[in-house]
Amino acid sequence: MTSSQEKSNQYLSSAVKRIQPSGIRKFFDLASSMDNIISLGVGEPDYSTPWNVREASIASLERGITSYTANAGMLELREAISRYLENEFETLYNPSDEIIVTAGASEAIDLALRATVNPGEEVLIVEPSFVSYAPLVSLVGGVPVPVATSIENGFKVTAEQIERCVTEKTKAILLCFPNNPTGTIMSKLELEKVAAVIKRHDLLVYSDEIYAEMTYDNQHVSVPSLDGMWERTILISGFSKAFAMTGWRLGYVTAPSHLASGMLKIHQYAMMCASTMAQYGAIEALKNGKEEMLEMIESYRQRRNFFVSSLKEIGLTCHKPGGAFYAFPSIESTGLSSEAFAEKLLFDERVAVVPGNVFGAGGEGHIRCSYASSLSQLEEAVERIDSFLGKIR
Amino acid sequence: MEKEMELLRLLEKNGRMPVITIAKMLDLTVEKVEERMSDLEKRKVILGYSGIVDWTKVDSPEGITAMIDVKVQPKRGVGFDEVAERIYRFKEVKALYLMSGTYDLSVVIEGTTMSEVGQFVSEKLSTLESVLSTTTHFQLKKYKHDGVVFEDGDEDHRIVVSP
Repeated sequence: MTSSQEKSNQYLSSAVKRIQPSGIRKFFDLASSMDNIISLGVGEPDYSTPWNVREASIASLERGITSYTANAGMLELREAISRYLENEFETLYNPSDEIIVTAGASEAIDLALRATVNPGEEVLIVEPSFVSYAPLVSLVGGVPVPVATSIENGFKVTAEQIERCVTEKTKAILLCFPNNPTGTIMSKLELEKVAAVIKRHDLLVYSDEIYAEMTYDNQHVSVPSLDGMWERTILISGFSKAFAMTGWRLGYVTAPSHLASGMLKIHQYAMMCASTMAQYGAIEALKNGKEEMLEMIESYRQRRNFFVSSLKEIGLTCHKPGGAFYAFPSIESTGLSSEAFAEKLLFDERVAVVPGNVFGAGGEGHIRCSYASSLSQLEEAVERIDSFLGKIR
Repeated sequence: MEKEMELLRLLEKNGRMPVITIAKMLDLTVEKVEERMSDLEKRKVILGYSGIVDWTKVDSPEGITAMIDVKVQPKRGVGFDEVAERIYRFKEVKALYLMSGTYDLSVVIEGTTMSEVGQFVSEKLSTLESVLSTTTHFQLKKYKHDGVVFEDGDEDHRIVVSP
């Protein structure tokens, strides 16, 4: 490190110094510098936002509606979110004081953690998990505690696993189903067993349900809809995945009013409000976006079937993901670490995947492949992975 | 039934999709898909498999497409069906629809030159006994056809790896 870097670093907080840059970033930098890449590393839909949603946003601009909205978001949008959650997932939130519109689900997670975690408190994180959870817990002074799941159990977390990780410092648990990166979903019965432990230890739950709509073979079960869970759950969701609106940065967080008001304090100081034009688009998405959303989801389901079955054909063990748009095959049979596998695959065959180890405990020995790509790209990717496996085995 | 609808939607989007791919996507065996496709063909649910071609991109005479609004005198007992049949039997006619509104039939025809289309209208269509009047519209440019957008950039704007 040069002396000027050392000097600059003295200004960084120790919390920031402690956290590591995302492992995904490294692969982004590598893959971006190469040509002719087939990318299965993308965590977003391959569709553009439906036209009616774009048009609603354009119309708001044309009408000159470019001012701030209420801190919690436009009431019309919060009402639409409330109706949507009630109709689709049987969870009821009061639009006046239990819903906050955020700059993406990412801000919603940050708000939830910042509003509730005290330094030294432990937050259980079911892993493999989205890359930002543990660092965000650390940034607020909390202690992320991994609860590792594995392919043997289809990456489902059990009540016993949670029980083993609870200590007197445990404050909360972070759940994400359908899961990024494994695509795992939980049935109502399985979630109820987990909920029983959570209730017994009086834990708070952060439930990231951003992929809820993308649940293919079963109905999605929303954590706050379970008996005795609403009052202890902060629900996180958004528009990025289901409505193909990743770049709009629009999400929401819902919780009982005393928790929501705590989060709102941070949101009003840190963010003021989410983007106004994006909020207009979101209202249209919730009111008239279902048909197109269902078409997109049907296509993801078909591509999941195709991709997972093709991976198995070329000899990679892969559980059938019940949701999201990721497959998480095991690459253990190759003898390579997930990072070495991903790097070699990228250089040798120009296929970008994300190594499983960046998603925490239990992710090693796997790679995350997004199947939100065109069928022809998926076909080509499978061929290239097959040829790669032939060379290294 | 649900799988049948799914199969039809897939084929409508891409009639050339290999059966093995369809089977994987629908979680069915190849034999099952072949069986269903052949059944759908027999029942005339699937009427054919065609490609959508952007003729402007190949070195060949582009052809002229016209849409003709036709007003006809329906006949007792057979309504519009008899005249419709006489019209759709012409090889130049690519599509024919019975419409509500000012006109009764909408005829889509394709010819190699504008005069060929004109000749068809004046000599074959207008001279039919039941035809009262015709209005011909020539197609100038194809933006979207059968749900497919022409000249649509299919560029992937996403970054190569993202969370």
